Amino acid sequence: MSVNYRELTINGLWKNNPGLVQLLGLCPLMGTSNSTVNALGLGIATLLVLACSNAAVSMIRNAVTPAIRLPVFVMIIAALTTCIELLMQAYTYQLYMILGVFIPLITTNCIILGRAEAFAAKNNVLSSAYDGFIMGLGFALVLLAIGIVRELLGTGMLFANMHLLLGPIATNWTWVVFENYQGFLLAILPPGAFLVMGLLIALKNHIDDRVLARKPVEVVTSAAADRRVRVTGVVE
Amino acid sequence: MFLSQVTSPHTVRHDHTRNIMRRVILAAIPGLLVSCWFFGLGPLFNVLLCSLFAAGFESLVLKLRQRPIGFYLKDYSVLVTGVLLGLALPPWSPWWLLLVATGFAVVFGKQLFGGLGQNPFNPAMLGYVVVLVSFPVDMTSWPAAHAVTFSGGLSHMFAGTPWLDGWSQATVLDSLKNNQGLTLDELWDGYTGFGWLSSRDSELVNLAFLLGGLWLLHKKVYTWHAPAGMLGALFVMSLIFWGGNGSESNGSPLFHLFSGATMLGAFFIITDPVSSATSTRGRLLFGIGVGILVYIIRSWGGYPDAIAFSVLLMNLCAPTLDYFTRPRTYGHDKAKRGFNTEGQ
Repeated sequence: MSVNYRELTINGLWKNNPGLVQLLGLCPLMGTSNSTVNALGLGIATLLVLACSNAAVSMIRNAVTPAIRLPVFVMIIAALTTCIELLMQAYTYQLYMILGVFIPLITTNCIILGRAEAFAAKNNVLSSAYDGFIMGLGFALVLLAIGIVRELLGTGMLFANMHLLLGPIATNWTWVVFENYQGFLLAILPPGAFLVMGLLIALKNHIDDRVLARKPVEVVTSAAADRRVRVTGVVE
Repeated sequence: MFLSQVTSPHTVRHDHTRNIMRRVILAAIPGLLVSCWFFGLGPLFNVLLCSLFAAGFESLVLKLRQRPIGFYLKDYSVLVTGVLLGLALPPWSPWWLLLVATGFAVVFGKQLFGGLGQNPFNPAMLGYVVVLVSFPVDMTSWPAAHAVTFSGGLSHMFAGTPWLDGWSQATVLDSLKNNQGLTLDELWDGYTGFGWLSSRDSELVNLAFLLGGLWLLHKKVYTWHAPAGMLGALFVMSLIFWGGNGSESNGSPLFHLFSGATMLGAFFIITDPVSSATSTRGRLLFGIGVGILVYIIRSWGGYPDAIAFSVLLMNLCAPTLDYFTRPRTYGHDKAKRGFNTEGQ
């Protein structure tokens, strides 16, 4: 099966974005997007697990029977998540403590199992790994965007505590955007995640509409357009 | 034209949305005036600014949604949202707080759901809760009665000058909540400006809203069910859990009826025809639910007053209440309620 890498890229980052279109993995998306550093940390972790699990699932795709595939996939994902967890514990301990339960929860993230089932189980190793990487990137970018917006609205600052993830280089990265900002608590609290997420989806749909409107109108002459559809009331 | 032919119907009802909303605004005027007597022009400035912002946000979103702006502004519903928010927020609130509250009320609470008639939540209360959760410091500093000068209020509102000592005072509900070991008599003796039942400003403002509400009832803008349900439930709850005048007291029933935003809530907020229940029995239950929740949050919750939270929580229940209180339709023996849809 030949794989179109360009299409994979467009799908993962925009057309079939896990965060904005598939709406998968909303729990970590909402739970950890209250600051840039949390969002980036969990985004990278998810990205790594997703790329590696896709590659691993693809490797064993011909050896596993359909009946037991789901437990096997989950075991692989759980093992990889544990690796990431241990790595974070070793190198970014404070961030590991902040993200807490959301790191082990990567195992249950629907995107990962979804991509394993929908793509990696049917394609070769290289394209599966690429698909995992680009889907993970799509997810991480949405997470990062929400994190940036929420941190900016909530505290008036950007990139606070980035040293937790990037080490001592990033100690002075905190950028106070608004001086004397009162703080808008709602943006950091859970409702803020839903609001920002909804607005981002609206923005994406708006851009899609604009792009569609700019294209020349194609005349639909398919059979489906001609078919008469009989609509009756709701049967009770 | 002379002898022009007129067809039926010959009785024309005058309860257009516009008239109803205009009456609600008129009925709020006594409360506003009494409030102004205690807090200077603060409440008036609140109401004016909120109405201005509300109309501005409404026009903006209507323009984005490509709807006729004049048509929708003329039903005054957005003005009611602005007026109610202005009355509910602390007098002389900073302008940006009013802006955020009205913005959330009108844009997120109302227009994003599709405008008037589509909103599941009461827009004014949604805006109120957003600022209450986001800016707790500004939302809990009510000015004391007769304390704030006009220029002081203005500079607090527009320049962000903090209140001077003695300009703000804990509300009676606040004091009761933070009461440590004083009997009620001692507590109220130490509270400046305590009247007969509650603090002087609180009880008179509540009385004014009660009068406005009774006038609205008289004009048949809404029925008695929701207000009676709420006030009744609050009365019964505070009677059961009163606890006398000791230090563990939760306050007398009349104290609860005439403190905080009780009357504003009962006659102006929970009677919102859109976000409240629709059936008569549903409205009664809606009011009772709000009353019980208000008492629970006031007495054992984390906030001194709770109209906004209770109303939002009951807004969530309103569709279910309607579902289970469908009236009997004419010609049928039994009402079809809830999942009891046999023989349909």
